[in-house]
Amino acid sequence: MAKDKKITRRGFLHSATTLAIGAIGGTMIAKSSKDNTVWQIDPDKCTQCEKCATECVLPLSAVKCVHAYDVCGYCELCGGYSTSDATKLDTAAENQLCPTGAIKRTFIEDPYYEYSIDEEKCIGCAKCVKGCGAFGNGSLYLQVRHDRCVNCNECLIAKVCPSDAFVRVPAKKPYLLRGDQGQNT
Amino acid sequence: MKNIQLKHFLILLTILLIAFNLFGEDRFPKPEFETDYQQPKTTAPLPDDSSFMDMVDIFALFLGLTLASILSLKKRSRRGIFFLTVLSVLYFGFFRKGCVCSVGSVQNFALALGNVGYKLPLVVGLMFMLPLVFTLFFSRSFCSSICPLGAIQDLLVFKPLKVPTSISKVLSIIPYAYLGFASLMAFTNSGFIICRYDPFINIFRLCAGLQQMIYTAAFVVVSVLIARPYCRYLCPYGVLLGWMSWLSPRKVTITPDECIQCKLCENSCPFDAIQKPSPEKAPESRAEGTRRIGILLVAIPIVMFISGFALSKLDTVLSRVNPTVRLAEQVRLEDEGLVKETTLESRTFRSQDKTTDELMTESNHIINQFRIGGWVLGAFLGLVFVMKLFSLSIRRKQEDYITDPVNCISCGRCWETCPIEHKRLKLDA
Repeated sequence: MAKDKKITRRGFLHSATTLAIGAIGGTMIAKSSKDNTVWQIDPDKCTQCEKCATECVLPLSAVKCVHAYDVCGYCELCGGYSTSDATKLDTAAENQLCPTGAIKRTFIEDPYYEYSIDEEKCIGCAKCVKGCGAFGNGSLYLQVRHDRCVNCNECLIAKVCPSDAFVRVPAKKPYLLRGDQGQNT
Repeated sequence: MKNIQLKHFLILLTILLIAFNLFGEDRFPKPEFETDYQQPKTTAPLPDDSSFMDMVDIFALFLGLTLASILSLKKRSRRGIFFLTVLSVLYFGFFRKGCVCSVGSVQNFALALGNVGYKLPLVVGLMFMLPLVFTLFFSRSFCSSICPLGAIQDLLVFKPLKVPTSISKVLSIIPYAYLGFASLMAFTNSGFIICRYDPFINIFRLCAGLQQMIYTAAFVVVSVLIARPYCRYLCPYGVLLGWMSWLSPRKVTITPDECIQCKLCENSCPFDAIQKPSPEKAPESRAEGTRRIGILLVAIPIVMFISGFALSKLDTVLSRVNPTVRLAEQVRLEDEGLVKETTLESRTFRSQDKTTDELMTESNHIINQFRIGGWVLGAFLGLVFVMKLFSLSIRRKQEDYITDPVNCISCGRCWETCPIEHKRLKLDA
């Protein structure tokens, strides 16, 4: 008799919980977004604080500098490439702003140079981004590279970013690019 | 007169030029190249096709849960569960890098509750709900072999030590506190601590800094000595699963038939989840037990109120974990001239166009959330504490060896010690 009563009590709780879970689950699914999100940097909000280089869970940050070529002026004197106190505008290491020498400079035609990023070397410190934004067109900027990013549930860089530049963007449109690519994609 | 006008015009022009320059772009217009130079495109490598992989993940989770439930309740195959465990470590762990997982999805749920701007992605919602639903009907088969965190610890169970019951009982309160604080942190958008202190994710990612490596290594060593330490003494999701499992009508049984009380299974559970028959002689008289339960019943609302009150009073202290609240405090101190040094965050804040008032409103909103959350969390922890005492006081008459309805994780290690199981296997063969 007592045993029967116990079973019904637990059985009742079981049914009640099933209903509750069904209700919560139903509401949740109705309210949830069908699109997954990934992390990305809004280049307009980024203040180049250099935290992206050190705060990523990956030993080599998934944040890299990218180059919007059609925004670039192809200058010989590049604020993103050379240090402000560079004695010569050459490729000598002491004249380069990038601490890892990740920016490749290629001569195109007089007086223009193309600058490209070697992602294997880039650590995402944004020193070049700062230089380019201060003296140039702002064609160098940081982006989360999705071939590297492990898309953590909560991004550790996002939590320390002082300017809220880390945002969740739809996985279908995972970049916030500058220049003509930014408008099209 | 004309000269002055010209001067004004020039000044205006300079200001306009400066303003235009501040805009950044187009200081140096793109050159017209004479050679046939082709401008490269910025590469944009896509993430894994997430919508497809999400479906695969949910399908794998569903299939895994179904298989684990059949293996633990119907087939009683320890070997099958073991293979499923290995598969889960390989797929959910190493292949999918252990993220997003059901354990962490609790925080997404709390974040969606506290922040209108955040929409819970469907796949995360399903990750959260599916194991709960399965556990409500088929016990904790999720823990046995599907959860990548549980699975990797299960593979480390070699020669575990027995944790004294008293210590185990005290430690088992930690998951409730962890669940509560992690939910509060996520609710207030202060960070995902479950993810941050996930000890095994570094193994799945196969890369970590020195500090994390030491942390992970420590957990691996402890896991060898104490079976599934994370599951038993930390896992916040396990709290919810425990409740579901308690309600579940189908549970893993040690014996396939009637228990003969041979005691052979007594020490077979490395997780201390076998309930022994209740002792014949009651340790105290019935009246004494009833009296204590009465006291505890009266204590429930009082303890809940006191701890809720205490935690809600800690709102300013607790809310300091939130970066926005910290920034607002720093900005206030700077404005009042109480601190000289500025921080990177405060300098960045001042360089942007958000006003101090907006920041203070935001900060106050979060502190308010902490106060309400503190009430809920305090009441919850108070209830848990009294209920733990309650469960120590309640004695159920029980004659057989049974699996613990809350803590059994359906791994099936006890089956092979049961002589009736041996008989069944021989009959089957």
